[in-house]
Amino acid sequence: MMRIEKSYFADERDDDLHEIGQPRQRADVLGHVTGITSFYADRNHEGMLHLKMVRSPHHHARIRSIDISAAAAHPGVRRVLLAADVPHNIYTILSFIGILPEDEPVLAFDKVRWMGEPVAAVLADSPRAAAEAVALVQVDYDPLPAIFDVEEAMQPGAPLVNEYHGQNWYAYDSGDARKVRLGDVAKGFAEADVVLEQRYQSSPIEQAPSETSGCVVVPDQNGRFTCYTGTQAMFFSLTNAAIILDVPESKLHFVGGTVGGGFGGKTDTVCEPIAILASMVTGQAISFQFNRHEEMQMSSPRAAERIYLKHGVMKDGRIVACEVRCYVDSGAYSRLSPYGTNKAAAHFPGPYTIPNVAIDAYCVYTNRTPSSAMRGFGCTIGDFALEVQMDKLARLIGMDPLEFRFINAYRDGDMKAHHQPTEGAALIECMQEAAKIAHWPVDPRFMAMSSRKGS
Amino acid sequence: MAVKRGRGVAAVNYPTGMNLGGDPTQALVHATPTGHFVLSMSSVDVGQGMKSILAQIAAETLGVPTDHVWVDTADTDTGPHCTGTFASRGTHRAGNAVIAAAREARQVLLEVAADKLEVSADDLVTDGQGMIHIKGAPAKAISIAEAAGAAQFEYGRTVAGRGIFLVDRSFPDPVTGKMKPATCYTHACTIAEVEVDTDTGEVTVLDLKNVFEIGRALNPAMVKQQLVGGNHMGVAHALYETTEPYYPDRAHGGRDFNEYVLPGPGDVVPAEFVVLERPASDGPFGGKGPGEMCANPQIPAIANAIFDAIGVRIDEMPMTPERVLRAILAAEGA
Repeated sequence: MMRIEKSYFADERDDDLHEIGQPRQRADVLGHVTGITSFYADRNHEGMLHLKMVRSPHHHARIRSIDISAAAAHPGVRRVLLAADVPHNIYTILSFIGILPEDEPVLAFDKVRWMGEPVAAVLADSPRAAAEAVALVQVDYDPLPAIFDVEEAMQPGAPLVNEYHGQNWYAYDSGDARKVRLGDVAKGFAEADVVLEQRYQSSPIEQAPSETSGCVVVPDQNGRFTCYTGTQAMFFSLTNAAIILDVPESKLHFVGGTVGGGFGGKTDTVCEPIAILASMVTGQAISFQFNRHEEMQMSSPRAAERIYLKHGVMKDGRIVACEVRCYVDSGAYSRLSPYGTNKAAAHFPGPYTIPNVAIDAYCVYTNRTPSSAMRGFGCTIGDFALEVQMDKLARLIGMDPLEFRFINAYRDGDMKAHHQPTEGAALIECMQEAAKIAHWPVDPRFMAMSSRKGS
Repeated sequence: MAVKRGRGVAAVNYPTGMNLGGDPTQALVHATPTGHFVLSMSSVDVGQGMKSILAQIAAETLGVPTDHVWVDTADTDTGPHCTGTFASRGTHRAGNAVIAAAREARQVLLEVAADKLEVSADDLVTDGQGMIHIKGAPAKAISIAEAAGAAQFEYGRTVAGRGIFLVDRSFPDPVTGKMKPATCYTHACTIAEVEVDTDTGEVTVLDLKNVFEIGRALNPAMVKQQLVGGNHMGVAHALYETTEPYYPDRAHGGRDFNEYVLPGPGDVVPAEFVVLERPASDGPFGGKGPGEMCANPQIPAIANAIFDAIGVRIDEMPMTPERVLRAILAAEGA
């Protein structure tokens, strides 16, 4: 059911190898299928406390007061952490590469901006005691109007989601949107035989890993703390934890590398900093593991995107202009969405050579769970919109959808919208092979094309 | 009841590596006294087989079988820095770092072997099975195990290597958006065949024909695992999954695997996979990152097949029975 078709690009490949290209069995696979592999949650330590979050039931609300007295007095509860306990409470996970502002509290204090936002962390001897105490924390909320639609969020007078940005979108150095410009789109549309503008919309998607997010933290010697974690990025998470805890990175030791599925959802570093803090203040080992509800609704999903695509096409099939407005729903905080929005801007207008392109990609804040990385980050939804649009354009001019793509497919040396020459293209060959195996009729002149010009 | 059939196509590309670069990964390799090798890293295996592919890349470079290499990852006290496992960067970035580290270790082995065999190191090759021999004269040989032992006990040399791979960070031009967002790109084309029940809006994917160009299938079994899994995820995205079924309305979000709708084992779609290889000039043995790209082309291919079947466009994801049926009813009412 999988075949490697070596006839394409055979002259570019070195076949004199011993290990590469061989289907060697994975060293870890026997452990995985027999249940021997150990993950962070398999760890148990004497006196280990369990951390559970008190979370906002409101999409947007001012916090008048938080009363932890009943929770703190509950049997088995060792400590309840609030925002004031977090040394550097307001953070953003890409601050260490200069993507600012810091816009998200580890624990909310003045207001909550999404349903499920953490407000307090309960530490108890058992998961049950922690869960019971969570229900005893009294938070007095004053609900505020919430905004859920990306375009409504950008209108004047919309409720302000995130004061650290001052407006409901991320301010790039290029303005309200990351912009990409090539050629002259107005001229392109004026020349076009047909112009089509369409709207596409996706909904948030959960990464749904088998193993939920979390970590186990153990106090070590010499004032260090060891964090056994399911993160997808060891030093990335360590650096963020050090920033939030305001300690030198040398105080932290992260151990991981064997993860039960990530799909992008374990890059956010939402569990490690608060769990390490809990270990610091109690001197005990700490377990913080998302339950399935938290993983489904409170861990970052893939952002919903709204995409407007406008294409200008000639009757002979050439696309002469493309204009894109893409709104990425970041939820209440940035996390990795300003990065993902930039990636989306670079991904348009797909693997096609179009002389006139204008792209505006907006990262928009709304009162929902912050979105972040997921498999296909910045590309999956754009591909959906672009490729449905390609089908519509082909039918509009009475052309076969696959042949229409051959006419516009990028080839080596073609200039991309973000001003980089195409290298190593292979779209044409993928389409040729797909046409063959699906018996999709394609004119021989397209079957004779190559991504390599002059060949 | 009317069941209609249709076929749709989609073609995509995908960038390898962290958007705009600036994402280094390091590797250290050293030989044990018996000529086995330990690769020390901090790269994360998210279940996709990262550890195994790095061992395979190291083995190819060193000239030993893959099971002679152990991977020690990910511990921030013992493994050098890695930016992380995301953005389809693992195999590409970490793989290049491993090659650099393994080359340095290999050079020590070749120099020791050259002294033992009384030839120049430039005249030596490895056979991939753990032997170093003189080019064109396989009988004039010394094992890597023996060379590693000699390096340590006779020559006082470490058989070790350091590697790093860094793509310089690119900053987009604020006016034109000129930037270098990625290194190499993977490519794909998918042709979907579907059946749509116009009474219920239910879409059944009958067949997916996928062609993926991934640079080089470094381990075809692990490539297959990625592509098959990605294909299933693509179908799930197209027809089932969302945390907010009535987005932007925030209600009705699934809380567990009962409420969050995913295709089950009975919904696995018959699919065919063809892999093409156009080696990346900057990739480890030409490899790119197939992990993310392989879940993308199914979605628009299915959307286009639905239109081909019923003549109604579904421009929103996921294309649930409710959404398809409402679109059919709206089109009929128009």
